[in-house]
Amino acid sequence: MKEFSSRKDLLNHINTVSFAVNDIQLYLNTHPEDTEALAYFHEYKEKRVKALKEYATCYGPLTIDTVDASACDRWNWVNEPWPWQEGGC
Amino acid sequence: MWNYEKRLQFPVKISKPDPKAAQIIITQFGGPDGELAASMRYLSQRYTMPYKEVTATLTDIGTEELAHMEMICAIVHQLTRNLTPEEIERSGFGTYYVDHTLALWPQAASGTPWTATVFQSKGDPITDLHENLAAEQKARTTYDNILRLVNDPDIIAPIRFLREREIVHYQRFGESLRIVTDHLDSRNFYALNPEFDNPACR
Repeated sequence: MKEFSSRKDLLNHINTVSFAVNDIQLYLNTHPEDTEALAYFHEYKEKRVKALKEYATCYGPLTIDTVDASACDRWNWVNEPWPWQEGGC
Repeated sequence: MWNYEKRLQFPVKISKPDPKAAQIIITQFGGPDGELAASMRYLSQRYTMPYKEVTATLTDIGTEELAHMEMICAIVHQLTRNLTPEEIERSGFGTYYVDHTLALWPQAASGTPWTATVFQSKGDPITDLHENLAAEQKARTTYDNILRLVNDPDIIAPIRFLREREIVHYQRFGESLRIVTDHLDSRNFYALNPEFDNPACR
């Protein structure tokens, strides 16, 4: 079952959860004992991993670790547009 | 070791070319308070940083600055793609174009090439963290200055995002400075330099 109907929605979701992970990561560096923040990190990190896998399966890999998940017998890291290009992420 | 992620930290989708705006915004690529200098500053300082929370902060903020540099380059690229020779001449972009065509090259808005002389890696945690706090504020002011000169909402959204990150980084460096001083003699923070003197006190 696909949670996101369009590529744009899924990408927005990836950007949102990745930002949450990145921002809480900086906070945790200076507050390593904050268990609430740590739980938040794990929650969003899981969402990020799942969304990156789903994106790779449907559209192509954004990270080298999700290349496997794309059902393709060709090296497709080069296929998807780069993020500064038209149609890129 | 770094891995590349094939997306921008915050989306950049600019439909209208504007080489005048590009010439201003490029300063956050190769200018004195730009993202390249920010990244090189933090990633250079971290090797001798004795406190693990602060080493992590320098590493992760230095990494995020690379993603910001990519956003700035994406903005400049999208503002200058498909320009005609007439548009280049009319907008005053000719002085950049003659040397770099439409490629990205790290320079300040004034045309001064990027240089490591805009930052320090001093080898003293109090000194370096004050440098970093100042750097985040200087970048914030630069983004405020850019926001006064641009009207296109497609440019404003990513520039606002970058401006906000300067403020978050300032906060984290403030906390880092507190972590450093917590390790030092509260009667005289300057009694020794923990990046150089007496490794046992780390």
